[in-house]
Amino acid sequence: MTAFDQTLDQILTLAATHFKVPREKLTPDDDFFKTLGIDSLQALDLLTKLENHFKVELPDYELQGVSDFRTLASRIQSRL
Amino acid sequence: MDHFEGKSLSWELKDGVIELALHREPCNEIGSLTLVELEKFVAALEGMAGGAHALILYSKMKAGFSAGADLRELYQQAQAMERSAAAAGVRDYLERIHRVMNSIDALPLTTIAAVHGVTFGGGFELALVCDLIIADKMARFCFPELRLGLIPGFGGIPRLKRDLGNAVVRDLLLTGRSFNAIKAQAVGLVSQVVAEDQALRVARGTAAQLGKFDRRTSIAAKQFIKPIPYEELRREIDLFCELFAQPAVEEGLRKFVESTDAQPYLP
Repeated sequence: MTAFDQTLDQILTLAATHFKVPREKLTPDDDFFKTLGIDSLQALDLLTKLENHFKVELPDYELQGVSDFRTLASRIQSRL
Repeated sequence: MDHFEGKSLSWELKDGVIELALHREPCNEIGSLTLVELEKFVAALEGMAGGAHALILYSKMKAGFSAGADLRELYQQAQAMERSAAAAGVRDYLERIHRVMNSIDALPLTTIAAVHGVTFGGGFELALVCDLIIADKMARFCFPELRLGLIPGFGGIPRLKRDLGNAVVRDLLLTGRSFNAIKAQAVGLVSQVVAEDQALRVARGTAAQLGKFDRRTSIAAKQFIKPIPYEELRREIDLFCELFAQPAVEEGLRKFVESTDAQPYLP
Protein backbone atom coordinates (compact mmCIF):
# COMPACT_ATOMS: atom_id res chain seq x y z
CA MET A 1 0.00 0.00 0.00
CA THR A 2 1.43 3.41 -0.95
CA ALA A 3 1.59 6.31 1.51
CA PHE A 4 -1.25 7.94 -0.39
CA ASP A 5 -3.41 4.81 -0.16
CA GLN A 6 -2.75 4.63 3.57
CA THR A 7 -3.80 8.25 3.98
CA LEU A 8 -6.95 7.65 1.95
CA ASP A 9 -7.79 4.55 3.94
CA GLN A 10 -7.35 6.36 7.24
CA ILE A 11 -9.58 9.21 6.04
CA LEU A 12 -12.33 6.78 5.07
CA THR A 13 -12.08 5.05 8.45
CA LEU A 14 -12.09 8.33 10.38
CA ALA A 15 -15.09 9.64 8.42
CA ALA A 16 -17.01 6.39 8.92
CA THR A 17 -16.32 6.39 12.65
CA HIS A 18 -17.06 10.07 13.23
CA PHE A 19 -20.30 10.13 11.24
CA LYS A 20 -21.33 6.59 12.25
CA VAL A 21 -21.50 5.22 8.71
CA PRO A 22 -20.43 1.64 7.90
CA ARG A 23 -16.86 1.78 6.58
CA GLU A 24 -17.67 -0.56 3.69
CA LYS A 25 -20.20 1.94 2.35
CA LEU A 26 -17.52 4.55 1.70
CA THR A 27 -15.42 4.55 -1.45
CA PRO A 28 -12.64 6.96 -2.49
CA ASP A 29 -14.62 8.73 -5.18
CA ASP A 30 -17.79 9.24 -3.15
CA ASP A 31 -19.15 12.74 -2.74
CA PHE A 32 -18.71 12.88 1.02
CA PHE A 33 -21.42 15.51 1.46
CA LYS A 34 -23.91 13.07 -0.05
CA THR A 35 -22.56 9.78 1.26
CA LEU A 36 -22.14 11.03 4.80
CA GLY A 37 -25.22 13.26 4.62
CA ILE A 38 -23.35 16.23 6.02
CA ASP A 39 -23.51 20.00 5.62
CA SER A 40 -20.71 22.54 5.52
CA LEU A 41 -20.44 22.85 9.30
CA GLN A 42 -20.11 19.09 9.66
CA ALA A 43 -17.51 19.15 6.89
CA LEU A 44 -15.50 21.47 9.12
CA ASP A 45 -15.81 18.84 11.86
CA LEU A 46 -14.32 16.33 9.45
CA LEU A 47 -11.53 18.76 8.62
CA THR A 48 -10.75 19.18 12.33
CA LYS A 49 -10.73 15.42 12.84
CA LEU A 50 -8.32 15.01 9.94
CA GLU A 51 -6.04 17.85 11.07
CA ASN A 52 -5.88 16.41 14.58
CA HIS A 53 -5.27 12.87 13.36
CA PHE A 54 -2.61 13.66 10.77
CA LYS A 55 -1.18 16.56 12.78
CA VAL A 56 -1.36 18.91 9.80
CA GLU A 57 -2.97 22.24 9.09
CA LEU A 58 -5.22 22.36 6.07
CA PRO A 59 -6.55 25.84 5.34
CA ASP A 60 -10.24 25.44 4.65
CA TYR A 61 -10.03 27.34 1.36
CA GLU A 62 -8.04 24.36 0.05
CA LEU A 63 -11.25 22.38 0.42
CA GLN A 64 -13.23 24.72 -1.77
CA GLY A 65 -14.85 22.59 -4.44
CA VAL A 66 -13.48 19.39 -2.93
CA SER A 67 -16.19 16.84 -2.22
CA ASP A 68 -14.60 13.42 -2.77
CA PHE A 69 -12.35 11.48 -0.42
CA ARG A 70 -9.61 10.93 -3.00
CA THR A 71 -9.02 14.65 -3.59
CA LEU A 72 -9.26 15.28 0.13
CA ALA A 73 -6.56 12.65 0.67
CA SER A 74 -4.31 14.33 -1.89
CA ARG A 75 -4.70 17.67 -0.08
CA ILE A 76 -3.78 16.02 3.22
CA GLN A 77 -0.91 14.05 1.65
CA SER A 78 0.62 17.26 0.30
CA ARG A 79 0.98 18.49 3.89
CA LEU A 80 2.52 15.34 5.39
CA MET B 1 -31.84 38.40 38.78
CA ASP B 2 -29.78 35.29 39.56
CA HIS B 3 -31.57 33.12 37.04
CA PHE B 4 -33.01 33.73 33.59
CA GLU B 5 -34.36 31.53 30.83
CA GLY B 6 -34.54 33.36 27.52
CA LYS B 7 -35.15 32.34 23.93
CA SER B 8 -31.53 32.62 22.88
CA LEU B 9 -29.66 32.35 26.15
CA SER B 10 -30.03 31.64 29.83
CA TRP B 11 -27.98 32.28 32.92
CA GLU B 12 -27.66 31.13 36.48
CA LEU B 13 -25.57 32.19 39.47
CA LYS B 14 -24.56 29.26 41.62
CA ASP B 15 -21.74 28.84 44.14
CA GLY B 16 -20.10 32.09 43.10
CA VAL B 17 -20.05 31.23 39.39
CA ILE B 18 -22.34 32.73 36.78
CA GLU B 19 -22.97 30.42 33.83
CA LEU B 20 -24.26 32.00 30.65
CA ALA B 21 -25.50 29.40 28.17
CA LEU B 22 -26.23 30.19 24.52
CA HIS B 23 -29.00 28.09 23.01
CA ARG B 24 -30.39 29.58 19.84
CA GLU B 25 -30.91 27.27 16.85
CA PRO B 26 -29.06 26.46 14.71
CA CYS B 27 -25.71 27.68 16.05
CA ASN B 28 -26.27 30.75 18.24
CA GLU B 29 -26.37 33.28 15.43
CA ILE B 30 -26.23 36.67 17.12
CA GLY B 31 -29.10 38.85 15.95
CA SER B 32 -31.46 41.34 17.53
CA LEU B 33 -33.03 38.83 19.92
CA THR B 34 -29.68 37.66 21.26
CA LEU B 35 -28.55 41.26 21.59
CA VAL B 36 -31.61 42.17 23.67
CA GLU B 37 -31.02 39.20 25.94
CA LEU B 38 -27.30 39.97 26.23
CA GLU B 39 -28.24 43.52 27.26
CA LYS B 40 -30.57 42.05 29.85
CA PHE B 41 -27.70 39.89 31.08
CA VAL B 42 -25.32 42.84 31.37
CA ALA B 43 -27.97 44.79 33.31
CA ALA B 44 -28.45 41.82 35.65
CA LEU B 45 -24.70 41.52 36.21
CA GLU B 46 -24.71 44.55 38.48
CA GLY B 47 -26.78 42.61 40.95
CA MET B 48 -24.94 39.33 40.50
CA ALA B 49 -21.28 40.35 40.29
CA GLY B 50 -20.96 40.98 44.04
CA GLY B 51 -21.84 37.38 44.75
CA ALA B 52 -19.67 35.87 42.04
CA HIS B 53 -16.00 35.38 41.32
CA ALA B 54 -16.26 33.86 37.83
CA LEU B 55 -18.35 33.82 34.70
CA ILE B 56 -18.47 30.93 32.24
CA LEU B 57 -19.86 31.38 28.73
CA TYR B 58 -20.76 28.23 26.83
CA SER B 59 -23.10 26.86 24.19
CA LYS B 60 -25.73 24.18 24.44
CA MET B 61 -25.87 23.82 20.66
CA LYS B 62 -24.19 20.78 19.17
CA ALA B 63 -22.74 22.60 16.14
CA GLY B 64 -20.63 24.89 18.22
CA PHE B 65 -20.18 27.96 20.37
CA SER B 66 -21.57 30.41 17.82
CA ALA B 67 -21.56 30.84 14.05
CA GLY B 68 -21.44 34.62 14.52
CA ALA B 69 -23.73 37.44 13.50
CA ASP B 70 -27.16 36.56 12.13
CA LEU B 71 -26.43 37.39 8.50
CA ARG B 72 -29.88 36.43 7.30
CA GLU B 73 -31.49 38.92 9.66
CA LEU B 74 -28.94 41.57 8.69
CA TYR B 75 -29.63 41.04 5.01
CA GLN B 76 -33.41 41.01 5.40
CA GLN B 77 -33.41 44.16 7.51
CA ALA B 78 -31.08 45.94 5.10
CA GLN B 79 -33.34 44.95 2.19
CA ALA B 80 -36.43 46.29 3.94
CA MET B 81 -34.94 49.75 4.51
CA GLU B 82 -33.62 52.70 2.59
CA ARG B 83 -29.83 52.56 2.37
CA SER B 84 -29.34 55.45 4.82
CA ALA B 85 -31.77 53.92 7.34
CA ALA B 86 -30.02 50.56 7.04
CA ALA B 87 -26.65 52.20 7.67
CA ALA B 88 -28.03 53.97 10.75
CA GLY B 89 -29.53 50.70 11.97
CA VAL B 90 -26.22 48.90 11.60
CA ARG B 91 -24.39 51.61 13.52
CA ASP B 92 -26.96 51.48 16.30
CA TYR B 93 -26.68 47.70 16.49
CA LEU B 94 -22.87 47.87 16.63
CA GLU B 95 -22.92 50.55 19.33
CA ARG B 96 -25.18 48.32 21.42
CA ILE B 97 -23.22 45.12 20.91
CA HIS B 98 -19.98 46.96 21.69
CA ARG B 99 -21.46 48.19 24.97
CA VAL B 100 -22.30 44.59 25.85
CA MET B 101 -18.89 43.27 24.82
CA ASN B 102 -17.03 46.07 26.63
CA SER B 103 -19.05 45.44 29.80
CA ILE B 104 -18.23 41.74 29.84
CA ASP B 105 -14.60 42.46 28.93
CA ALA B 106 -14.24 44.77 31.94
CA LEU B 107 -16.18 42.68 34.46
CA PRO B 108 -14.70 42.45 37.95
CA LEU B 109 -14.82 38.67 37.62
CA THR B 110 -12.60 36.15 35.91
CA THR B 111 -14.39 35.19 32.71
CA ILE B 112 -14.01 31.91 30.83
CA ALA B 113 -15.32 30.97 27.39
CA ALA B 114 -15.81 27.20 27.14
CA VAL B 115 -16.00 26.61 23.40
CA HIS B 116 -16.54 23.73 21.03
CA GLY B 117 -17.18 23.40 17.31
CA VAL B 118 -17.83 26.50 15.25
CA THR B 119 -16.56 29.66 16.93
CA PHE B 120 -16.82 32.05 14.02
CA GLY B 121 -17.11 35.78 13.45
CA GLY B 122 -19.23 37.39 16.16
CA GLY B 123 -19.08 34.16 18.16
CA PHE B 124 -15.30 34.31 18.10
CA GLU B 125 -15.52 37.96 19.15
CA LEU B 126 -17.73 37.01 22.09
CA ALA B 127 -15.17 34.43 23.20
CA LEU B 128 -12.43 37.04 22.87
CA VAL B 129 -13.93 39.28 25.54
CA CYS B 130 -13.30 36.52 28.06
CA ASP B 131 -10.13 36.30 30.13
CA LEU B 132 -9.56 32.64 29.29
CA ILE B 133 -10.68 30.40 26.44
CA ILE B 134 -10.95 26.69 27.11
CA ALA B 135 -11.48 24.79 23.88
CA ASP B 136 -12.77 21.35 23.03
CA LYS B 137 -10.30 19.87 20.53
CA MET B 138 -13.04 20.05 17.86
CA ALA B 139 -13.35 23.84 18.15
CA ARG B 140 -12.56 26.03 15.14
CA PHE B 141 -11.96 29.77 15.13
CA CYS B 142 -12.48 32.00 12.12
CA PHE B 143 -13.09 35.54 10.96
CA PRO B 144 -14.93 35.02 7.65
CA GLU B 145 -16.05 38.64 7.31
CA LEU B 146 -13.77 39.64 4.44
CA ARG B 147 -15.59 37.30 2.09
CA LEU B 148 -18.66 39.52 2.68
CA GLY B 149 -16.70 42.68 2.02
CA LEU B 150 -16.64 43.52 5.73
CA ILE B 151 -14.36 43.37 8.74
CA PRO B 152 -15.34 41.84 12.08
CA GLY B 153 -17.62 44.35 13.78
CA PHE B 154 -18.05 43.18 17.38
CA GLY B 155 -14.59 44.25 18.54
CA GLY B 156 -12.68 41.28 17.20
CA ILE B 157 -9.66 42.89 15.63
CA PRO B 158 -8.69 45.20 18.51
CA ARG B 159 -9.15 42.37 21.01
CA LEU B 160 -7.24 39.87 18.91
CA LYS B 161 -4.47 42.47 18.51
CA ARG B 162 -4.43 42.91 22.26
CA ASP B 163 -3.92 39.20 22.81
CA LEU B 164 -1.85 37.95 19.84
CA GLY B 165 0.96 38.92 17.52
CA ASN B 166 -0.01 41.03 14.53
CA ALA B 167 1.05 38.36 12.00
CA VAL B 168 -1.46 35.90 13.44
CA VAL B 169 -4.18 38.55 13.37
CA ARG B 170 -3.40 39.25 9.71
CA ASP B 171 -3.47 35.54 8.89
CA LEU B 172 -6.93 35.09 10.44
CA LEU B 173 -8.33 38.32 9.08
CA LEU B 174 -6.89 38.47 5.58
CA THR B 175 -7.20 34.79 4.61
CA GLY B 176 -10.52 34.13 6.35
CA ARG B 177 -9.26 30.65 7.14
CA SER B 178 -10.16 28.85 10.33
CA PHE B 179 -7.78 27.64 13.03
CA ASN B 180 -8.38 24.46 14.96
CA ALA B 181 -8.04 24.45 18.74
CA ILE B 182 -4.50 23.07 18.73
CA LYS B 183 -3.31 25.80 16.39
CA ALA B 184 -5.22 28.36 18.45
CA GLN B 185 -3.44 27.19 21.57
CA ALA B 186 -0.07 27.22 19.80
CA VAL B 187 -0.49 30.91 18.90
CA GLY B 188 -1.61 31.82 22.42
CA LEU B 189 -5.32 32.30 21.86
CA VAL B 190 -6.53 29.30 23.81
CA SER B 191 -5.61 28.57 27.40
CA GLN B 192 -6.43 24.85 27.48
CA VAL B 193 -7.37 22.28 24.84
CA VAL B 194 -9.48 19.45 26.19
CA ALA B 195 -11.16 16.29 24.92
CA GLU B 196 -14.47 16.42 23.07
CA ASP B 197 -17.40 17.57 25.21
CA GLN B 198 -15.13 18.38 28.16
CA ALA B 199 -14.73 22.16 27.82
CA LEU B 200 -17.55 23.05 30.21
CA ARG B 201 -16.43 20.53 32.82
CA VAL B 202 -12.88 21.87 32.73
CA ALA B 203 -14.14 25.47 32.80
CA ARG B 204 -16.14 24.67 35.94
CA GLY B 205 -13.06 23.16 37.55
CA THR B 206 -11.04 26.23 36.63
CA ALA B 207 -13.75 28.54 38.00
CA ALA B 208 -13.75 26.59 41.28
CA GLN B 209 -9.99 27.06 41.54
CA LEU B 210 -10.31 30.83 40.94
CA GLY B 211 -12.71 31.05 43.85
CA LYS B 212 -9.86 30.22 46.24
CA PHE B 213 -8.08 33.51 45.54
CA ASP B 214 -8.69 36.85 47.20
CA ARG B 215 -11.24 38.52 44.98
CA ARG B 216 -9.84 42.06 45.27
CA THR B 217 -6.43 40.77 44.19
CA SER B 218 -7.93 38.95 41.20
CA ILE B 219 -9.75 42.10 40.11
CA ALA B 220 -6.61 44.23 40.53
CA ALA B 221 -4.56 41.72 38.53
CA LYS B 222 -7.11 41.65 35.73
CA GLN B 223 -7.33 45.43 35.53
CA PHE B 224 -3.53 45.64 35.49
CA ILE B 225 -3.03 43.16 32.65
CA LYS B 226 -6.13 43.54 30.47
CA PRO B 227 -6.54 47.01 28.99
CA ILE B 228 -9.61 47.60 26.86
CA PRO B 229 -8.69 49.19 23.52
CA TYR B 230 -11.57 51.69 23.47
CA GLU B 231 -10.08 53.96 20.80
CA GLU B 232 -9.52 51.10 18.35
CA LEU B 233 -12.95 49.66 19.12
CA ARG B 234 -14.47 53.01 18.21
CA ARG B 235 -12.50 53.10 14.95
CA GLU B 236 -13.62 49.57 14.16
CA ILE B 237 -17.27 50.66 14.28
CA ASP B 238 -16.54 53.58 11.95
CA LEU B 239 -14.65 51.38 9.48
CA PHE B 240 -17.33 48.69 9.55
CA CYS B 241 -20.03 51.27 8.80
CA GLU B 242 -17.94 52.76 6.00
CA LEU B 243 -17.48 49.32 4.42
CA PHE B 244 -21.12 48.38 4.97
CA ALA B 245 -22.11 51.17 2.58
CA GLN B 246 -20.19 49.51 -0.28
CA PRO B 247 -22.24 47.60 -2.89
CA ALA B 248 -19.98 44.54 -2.47
CA VAL B 249 -21.47 43.93 0.97
CA GLU B 250 -25.04 43.66 -0.22
CA GLU B 251 -23.87 41.27 -2.93
CA GLY B 252 -21.83 39.23 -0.44
CA LEU B 253 -24.75 38.97 1.98
CA ARG B 254 -27.15 38.07 -0.80
CA LYS B 255 -24.82 35.38 -2.04
CA PHE B 256 -24.53 33.91 1.46
CA VAL B 257 -28.24 34.05 2.24
CA GLU B 258 -29.37 32.65 -1.09
CA SER B 259 -26.60 30.09 -1.36
CA THR B 260 -27.59 26.50 -2.01
CA ASP B 261 -23.92 25.58 -2.03
CA ALA B 262 -23.03 22.79 0.36
CA GLN B 263 -20.12 24.85 1.59
CA PRO B 264 -21.36 28.37 2.49
CA TYR B 265 -19.09 28.40 5.53
CA LEU B 266 -15.97 27.67 3.50
CA PRO B 267 -14.13 30.65 2.03
